Amino acid sequence: MKTVRKIALLGNPNSGKTSLFNQLTGLNQKVGNFPGITVEKKTGACILDNGEKIEIIDLPGTYSIYPKSLDEKVVFDTLTGTTNPDHPDLAIIIVDASNIKRNLLLFTQISDLGIPVILVLNMLDVATNRGQRVSPTAIAKFFSVPTISLNARTGQGLELLKKALEIHELDAPKSIFSTTKEEQDLAVAITKRFDIKNSYFAHLLLIQYQNFPGLSEEDKFFIKALIEDNKFSPELSQSREILERYKVIDEAIQEAVVYNLYENRNFTERLDKIFTHKIFGYAIFFGVMFLIFQAIFAWATAPMDWIDSAFSALSLSIKSHLPSGVLTDLLSEGVVPGIGGVVIFIPQIALLFAFIAILEETGYMSRVVFLMDKIMRKFGLNGKSVVPLISGVACAIPAIMAARTIDNLRERLITIFVTPLMSCSARLPVYTILIALVVPDEKVLGILSLQGVALMGMYILGFVMSIVTAAILQFLIKAKSKSYFVMELPLYKFPRWKNVGITIIEKSKTFTFEAGKIILAISIILWVAASFGPGDKVKNAEEYVKKSMNGAEISDEDFEVKVSAFKLENSFAGIFGKALEPAIKPLGYDWKIGIALVTSFAAREVFVGTMATIYSIGSDEESTIKSRMRSEINPDTGKEMYTPAVALSLMVFYAFAMQCMSTLAVVKKETNSWKWPMLQLLYMTGLAYVSSFIVYQLLS
Amino acid sequence: MAFQQIFIAMKNVAGLKRGESGIITGFTDDIISLKLMEMGCLPGSPIKMNFAAPLGDPISYDIAGYNLTLRVAEACAILIE
Repeated sequence: MKTVRKIALLGNPNSGKTSLFNQLTGLNQKVGNFPGITVEKKTGACILDNGEKIEIIDLPGTYSIYPKSLDEKVVFDTLTGTTNPDHPDLAIIIVDASNIKRNLLLFTQISDLGIPVILVLNMLDVATNRGQRVSPTAIAKFFSVPTISLNARTGQGLELLKKALEIHELDAPKSIFSTTKEEQDLAVAITKRFDIKNSYFAHLLLIQYQNFPGLSEEDKFFIKALIEDNKFSPELSQSREILERYKVIDEAIQEAVVYNLYENRNFTERLDKIFTHKIFGYAIFFGVMFLIFQAIFAWATAPMDWIDSAFSALSLSIKSHLPSGVLTDLLSEGVVPGIGGVVIFIPQIALLFAFIAILEETGYMSRVVFLMDKIMRKFGLNGKSVVPLISGVACAIPAIMAARTIDNLRERLITIFVTPLMSCSARLPVYTILIALVVPDEKVLGILSLQGVALMGMYILGFVMSIVTAAILQFLIKAKSKSYFVMELPLYKFPRWKNVGITIIEKSKTFTFEAGKIILAISIILWVAASFGPGDKVKNAEEYVKKSMNGAEISDEDFEVKVSAFKLENSFAGIFGKALEPAIKPLGYDWKIGIALVTSFAAREVFVGTMATIYSIGSDEESTIKSRMRSEINPDTGKEMYTPAVALSLMVFYAFAMQCMSTLAVVKKETNSWKWPMLQLLYMTGLAYVSSFIVYQLLS
Repeated sequence: MAFQQIFIAMKNVAGLKRGESGIITGFTDDIISLKLMEMGCLPGSPIKMNFAAPLGDPISYDIAGYNLTLRVAEACAILIE
């Protein structure tokens, strides 16, 4: 059987790895998980010129094979686990030529593992601009490794790389680092017991045995005894290894790199003066955040309105063109509003991910981390927590995974715990619709949209609550190891629109299909629950309503309304919502909102879909969700249901409550226990209830 | 006493002012030193202070031809002359 060759793509962070991956695979990408853990694993198919299809695995960026964070451990596990299904046949190592010394360290380690390697020299133009002329042939000769110069941004040199990938029988590279006599003796003992051929592999096992995948307790005990008996110091050995490797790299650089004294880094230096300035630095940061929210509100509303009216028109046309019956009702009242409730988010999700991708691409995100580290530390977080927190505005799931780059366990746990309090894009439609209902569409200070300001207020509320929660948590979670912060500030770069575009398409696609499945399923279940009920009350609603009127004269239209209200009240959903009503009445909610709250526990974005389904049952008119909610009357007061107090209380509830099963599942996987997701569920939902109660009672 | 005097005489990276540089001689912390060395902070290499974050911490340094940011506590662990 012919198996597809697996090619691992490796490199330092900021070396252009993502660009190269996108160049090689285009849109043929799959996002999955590495077996057993939830590190996002991106794989992609690449067709070579000879027709062979290979699989490219994009491994997380790392500086060294010795893992410091969970992200880097994936690289270690994949490369050292020979039984790992992702263990590569070949590794492409991408090197930033403008930063060649540090970038080559990882290359020397991986080539010593005996995995065939192709070295890709990227950013040679940047190196030349900075006065370093790197010779790819000299590098290739020195390390006797196939070396390709390539520009991952423009794709120049890609054809050569693809040609090189056609070669099947690539020799394992020559060994670069030699161990001492003592280390060799220990490595021999290891190779004998574990049946390993490669001596660097044995060396890694010796130093990293506690982290090694698939070792039994006996194996670990064996290595521990071996280390202790020989008074071997893994730290000393590792530091000797780093020095040794850099010595070899220095020799290579002597032969391959010509330095001109002239150095041109003015662009980045000048920008850093502004972006990390005492006042401008923070001002720009808040400006950027504000711009994002304004843009999302201003630019996304129009396409969202089109989608909303298009779907209500579609519902109506199904109703009028298909023969009436249960199936038509299911389509027009369940399925179509359900799908509409998913599609409507796409403009906002695409915009959010576009902004986040641009911040990452340009190198600005690292400056934000740099600016915020000291402030974040006061709250038990890390500068690197900024990335999960900002990404949390898009979706908590990738954001929680992004917390992996935080090496300190306590800071990572706190970050994971508070990230779901950031208002994610699923809350956006809830805010959008409620703000549109109660906040007038006016301008403040002439240019800012009042609704946009209100929306930003909701995001600030979420951010403040996550910071406050972190501050409390840092007293409850004890520190096990010292926190540190060693981070590269990459050069500023113009964003690659291809990378931004691929991010937008991938994320929107994932959202539409992943969230879409749940939303659609819930919409259908909900429609069934809202259309049928126990006994004959729903079936014979007309008669029941007639009876209750005692012969009073009303118009046909009013009668219809009364009948559909009666149907909903006596359906399964209505009965359930009514049972819940006493608990949520103090927050200002009726049983219809109660139904939405319950369905939202699967995922918040279901709220709008639920509202759409509930309010469209029995309605023949073409009307948008917004107008239906606006005309809803509170039977107790006889006035409109969605008063500012109710709307605000609802928004606060959605801001704080843990209503996302996927997030809970990810937190469980990431923390490897049910303790954290359960605490999150209790804490956030409790917080939401109490806060909404206070808001409603104060305002009404 | 003599030892203490030697210790005081040793400067660390955190003491560098904007634009000043020094040559790395060693580390005071074994664990963090491994990470720093992997990142190119090798004994014998020059290190230059670029700029500090607005609140004085972390600090950006020029090392091995790129910008590395460290917290003051980590900068204290790198000895220079």
